[in-house]
Amino acid sequence: MNILVCVKRVPAPGARINITSDGQQVDTAFLGFTVSPHEECAVEQAVQLVEKHGGEVTVLTLGPPEAQEQLRTAVSTGAAKAVLVPIDISDYDAQRTAQAIATVIEELEVANGKYDLILFGNESADSCGYQVGIRTALKLGRPIVNGAKGLETENGVATVRRESDAGVEIYILKMPACIGVKEGINLPRYPTMKGRLASKKVEISQSTATGEVGGLKLITLRRPPERASNTKILGNGPEAAPAVVDLLEELGVFK
Amino acid sequence: MSEFPTKAKCVVIGAGIVGNCLVGHLAKLGWTDMVQIDKGPLPNPGGSTGHASNFIFPTDHNKEMALLTLASQKQYIEMGMNNTCGGIEVARNPERLEEFNRRMTSAKSWGIDAKLLSPAEVKELVPFINEKIVLGGFYTPSVSCVDSLQTGTLMREGAVKSGNLNVFANTEVLDLEVENGTIKAVVTNKGRIETEYVVVACGVWSPRIAKMAGANIPLTPAVHQMADVGPIDILQKTNAEVAYPIVRDMDTFCYERQTAGSMEVGSYAHRAIFMHPNDIPSNEASALSPTELPLTQDDFDPQMEQAIELMEMLGDAEIKYAINGLLSLTPDAMPVLGETVEVKNLWSAAAVWIKEGPGIAQLVAEWMTYGYPHLCDPHSSDISRFYAHEKTEHHIYARCDEHFNKTYGIVHPREQWATQRNMRRSPFYAREEAAGATFFDARGWERPQWFASNEKLVKKFATACEPRAHEWDARWWSPISNAEHLQMRESVGMVDLTAFNEFDFTGPGAMKFLQYMCVNNVDVEVGRSVYTPLLTPGGGFRGDLTIMRLATDHFRVITGAFDGGRDNYWFKRHMPQDGSVVFTDMSSALCTIGVWGPNAEKTMAKATQNINADGKLVPFDVSQKNFPYGSVREVLIDGVPATMFRISYVGENGWEVYTKMEHGLRMWDSIAKAGEEFGIIPVGMGVYAVTGRIEKGYRLMGAELESEYNPVEAGLARAKVKSAEFIGKAEYLKAREEKPCAVMCTLEMIDNTSKSGIKRFPTGGNEPILTKTGERIVDAKGRVSRVTTAGAAPSLGKYLLLAYLTPEHAVEGNELRVMYMNELFRFVLQELVVNHCSTQPIRV
Amino acid sequence: MTVLAVVEHDRGTITPASFGVLTAARDLAKQMGAKFEALTIGANADGLSEVVSKYGATTIHQAHNSALTDFGPEAWGESIAQLVRKISPSVVIGSGTERGHEIIAQAAARLDLPAAMNCFEFDKEFNGTQPLKVVRARWGGSLMEESQIDAPIKLVTLANHIVEGVEEPASSTVAVLEVELDDSVKQTFVQDRVERVAGVTLATSPVVVSGGRGVGSAEAFAPLEELAGLLNGVVGCSRAVTNNGWRNHTDQVGQTGTRIAPDIYIACGISGAIQHWVGAMASKNILAINIDAQANIVTKAGYAVIGDLHVVVPAISAEIRKRHAK
Repeated sequence: MNILVCVKRVPAPGARINITSDGQQVDTAFLGFTVSPHEECAVEQAVQLVEKHGGEVTVLTLGPPEAQEQLRTAVSTGAAKAVLVPIDISDYDAQRTAQAIATVIEELEVANGKYDLILFGNESADSCGYQVGIRTALKLGRPIVNGAKGLETENGVATVRRESDAGVEIYILKMPACIGVKEGINLPRYPTMKGRLASKKVEISQSTATGEVGGLKLITLRRPPERASNTKILGNGPEAAPAVVDLLEELGVFK
Repeated sequence: MSEFPTKAKCVVIGAGIVGNCLVGHLAKLGWTDMVQIDKGPLPNPGGSTGHASNFIFPTDHNKEMALLTLASQKQYIEMGMNNTCGGIEVARNPERLEEFNRRMTSAKSWGIDAKLLSPAEVKELVPFINEKIVLGGFYTPSVSCVDSLQTGTLMREGAVKSGNLNVFANTEVLDLEVENGTIKAVVTNKGRIETEYVVVACGVWSPRIAKMAGANIPLTPAVHQMADVGPIDILQKTNAEVAYPIVRDMDTFCYERQTAGSMEVGSYAHRAIFMHPNDIPSNEASALSPTELPLTQDDFDPQMEQAIELMEMLGDAEIKYAINGLLSLTPDAMPVLGETVEVKNLWSAAAVWIKEGPGIAQLVAEWMTYGYPHLCDPHSSDISRFYAHEKTEHHIYARCDEHFNKTYGIVHPREQWATQRNMRRSPFYAREEAAGATFFDARGWERPQWFASNEKLVKKFATACEPRAHEWDARWWSPISNAEHLQMRESVGMVDLTAFNEFDFTGPGAMKFLQYMCVNNVDVEVGRSVYTPLLTPGGGFRGDLTIMRLATDHFRVITGAFDGGRDNYWFKRHMPQDGSVVFTDMSSALCTIGVWGPNAEKTMAKATQNINADGKLVPFDVSQKNFPYGSVREVLIDGVPATMFRISYVGENGWEVYTKMEHGLRMWDSIAKAGEEFGIIPVGMGVYAVTGRIEKGYRLMGAELESEYNPVEAGLARAKVKSAEFIGKAEYLKAREEKPCAVMCTLEMIDNTSKSGIKRFPTGGNEPILTKTGERIVDAKGRVSRVTTAGAAPSLGKYLLLAYLTPEHAVEGNELRVMYMNELFRFVLQELVVNHCSTQPIRV
Repeated sequence: MTVLAVVEHDRGTITPASFGVLTAARDLAKQMGAKFEALTIGANADGLSEVVSKYGATTIHQAHNSALTDFGPEAWGESIAQLVRKISPSVVIGSGTERGHEIIAQAAARLDLPAAMNCFEFDKEFNGTQPLKVVRARWGGSLMEESQIDAPIKLVTLANHIVEGVEEPASSTVAVLEVELDDSVKQTFVQDRVERVAGVTLATSPVVVSGGRGVGSAEAFAPLEELAGLLNGVVGCSRAVTNNGWRNHTDQVGQTGTRIAPDIYIACGISGAIQHWVGAMASKNILAINIDAQANIVTKAGYAVIGDLHVVVPAISAEIRKRHAK
């Protein structure tokens, strides 16, 4: 089974996200970068499926050249191949991203055959657009469901578990299919030292980004107004216990 | 929570290991009404303490650092925060095995139990190590891991409980107010506190905070990479925070330290990565903490390979946490402690690592309380040691870049800096360069150590100038020094002493002021001089210098390059504020040539003139009769106005000759020409600072003379004590009444042939003096006998050491042992220094 | 001009988020002087017309197809797309939920139109002729993005809990739309629905009692276990605890552990380092029990008890037992 996982390079910010003076980007001067968390889980899920069923995992990213760091991270946790679609601006909009990715995937599939599964993150941690996977799947003519908290494959079908308010929904998709994965589906492994060193030797193939600018245009970023924290001290030492239980009752913990 | 105060006796900024332990120690020493603030939250405000590896390897070649580290470990033990796990430094290269012998020697000096291990013995203690790539180990059973956050919390809370401290976290310093050169107030986002004292204990942020007061704390935040990898089976099974000894892989500059089920791998091998204090992100904007920055992976990859090579199991462990951790680096890799030179009562306690934190807190607290620390002499950490050029970012970055990879390096005691050279040059530089000088750095000054032009003399004095067989002993040394020494003793030599500091004190209060600063009477005749120690309030050595009286109200203090900054601060700090004394630093205005040897008088007789009563230029009478020892005269040398100071530094008749920088080269050429017929040669510092000095038993500030010792012990107490009051007088008088428990002695090497058959020459870096049975000699005040200086005495054909000994051992002819490179060598006590030299003009 | 609200429902039961969507769509339509219409998908939602009309939709489109018996993201998206093609609304607003985002994205993909998710604000000057400026959430809401949708039809989702549902009845007509669904969209219907698995996890538990370095040992977690048991919650811990080997990594709350969002988070002896805070900050209420009133967690928590957790926690358990005899 061959699985393609599309990942995005995103900064790993702290509690307060600073913005560059032009308001166009997150100030990443002192931030590290990571694979967007849902996609981290998607890579892990793909690796687990391949460990079970055989095949290989390819990771693909569209991003600045530095995004190869994230591809190598994915390789160090079990992906076999990596494809970089370099872009010369910090980010593409969702329409353009989907167009570019779909084109590259088609090219890859001409050379390597179809991927049984193409995994996306449910949404990216930074822009939170909820749509690149869906747009890409449609362009490729493949079914997609988002929000996968469980994914298994058997006999050419993928079974997706997804949480809703009502319970757990089951979707069954004939492969080839696309899935939007959500954090919590698994606990992604960290890279091992050996994995990291091996990932340095993997050749990252490059594909050209195509696609036209879409219709959602960023004007500026800003921080939401900060909430002033006002701690209510319930008391000192064990004498505070009744006040604590009052609070717990008030919050409906005992219902 | 108590109300934010508007007044305090002392504000300590920073709640890392240093700030926390400092408030604890200050409270214990009786300080009240203190306030401690930190921008971050408690107990981990986000500084370097929060992510430190928290382990202590106590052995250090540097005495100050070793004593501070041991004092710290003692405190961690007392607070129950010291988890002894042992530590092994492993060697991959033969050179490192040699270094381990040196470390065994230093361990012996400081009384630290240590042992050399074979690869198999290393494997026994650390079963997961690849012993095949290890040549041997240096094992210290007392190596420990400490809880620095909890220790700090206990110290801080102790001060709070005693009622002497209020703590305010999440409080940002916005400004430091200074009035008349004295700290006045701390302005924070919660209010303004008027205060008498402020201590900057802000780690990597210290320069930024000090700058608010116009003070300079020269350090840079720099990256130390580390990663936590695991879980690892064998470690998890120990069910302990740390069960296996910490391994320092010395030749790859890495360490592996167990943290519960994981291994922490840390590196000092990567390129030096600096950050400006203003660029460090806030707590809120940091993914982890302000000092835990994202790992730059490429820098760390080579270390991972080496780590896996040493411990294969690390390869399959997951990298759970990896950071570019920030720590503080200084240009000379030592802490920055003491009152800032710019602002009175503004103190620095910065560039401190966990291993020495509590000890340094104690030291600074004592310093603030008593005017000088009791724990140990702080001169290598003293903030006032830096000259202006050493406090620039340019210098800090260059030097830190150079020494960062030497964190686990093998650094020779005589090793020279490669960067930031040619910062200061004497007017004679061109002549020296032409004579093939090998230059050593003296706080920026380029000083010739020896001259290739004198190599021909090595043949002339062949028996005294044998090359040293061992590369280590010969490193940063030349037999030419011995030849220069003998030529000077035979005829005459000239020495470039421009690196001296000259401080002029003028005005009606100058005499009184200097009387207060100095032990010896400075009220001498105009044209005379005085040698004097300066004492700490505790009666130990604070300085050691000579003073010329140039006029009734004009004194010139001469001190050495290495202590100039500290002496400058010490004088300025005590100067009366009424304008009765004017201080002028003449160091950059004057250059100096030392002319010494049996033919010095003949040489200077030829070179010197003055203008007689009739206004005529006549040869100047330099005879002993007209120009006795210790006197000062104004002369002309080939038309250049110069000041001659008859003083013997190297045990030969002669002068220090001073003139203005711009006249320097002409004066050099004139003296060289006058001495030509006597075979005058340029002589390097190898003679001036080592061979010439040790032959005469002259003591050196920073080596023999430290605040732990007093003039009686150093043999520098004069018969009488002046009536005028001076700093340290009470303690000095007390010391004179007591029988000294340590005495400065000269020891002569009896046999320097090592077991391998090679003749060895101890470098003089704190090697322990031992009894015949190999026991350490510790005096009644707990001070250990160790080599303070070592060097050849070419005129005597001997190899000598200086050391303090207990009275029972300070007996002429007594035979002792000195450990050098983990081997015992036989020495005999040659003489008590005090017997032949109760005064000295020592400056280097 | 039309503003279209997409009504989210589950097997015919309207979801709470839809009331905000209906209200926001109505307000925007008023501002633009446009018609306000709504869409329900599947015959099982036809009954919602009554409630939708209370919010003032003048036309309620009912998408019908025999396959539309349950939720299916592609079929729902296709249904929206077909209606949009038919009535060309200026703005389409969906709910800011998993389903809402998904079906609006599906529709946008099918129409090749831009879509802006999780909008907080719409341009007050918008009259339907210019690009629509919106403020939307990025980074899970920790950052705001001002952007504009430059397209003839603007597809958005409304961030949840931003607009409260306010009724404003109008007489409405129902228009049934027979949508055509080909096989390609039919496989992504819910095939089965299972009861939520019993038992709570750290990630889902409404009550988390967490311990930090201040707990001191693995054994000292016992009182925390007890309190968690009394509250039907689970025990979590900080990184210092896992690093000390006192608890498993699966219990770790934080950036490198589990991110939680319980109703109440009780943090005992936890300093509140950033990396821990990131994992806990989504908690609806935080109670810090810490000896240090200056601890980060204390200053950030809604509630705090200053004191030694080793005494405070057992006291709380005792009080609970007293009041809720178990």
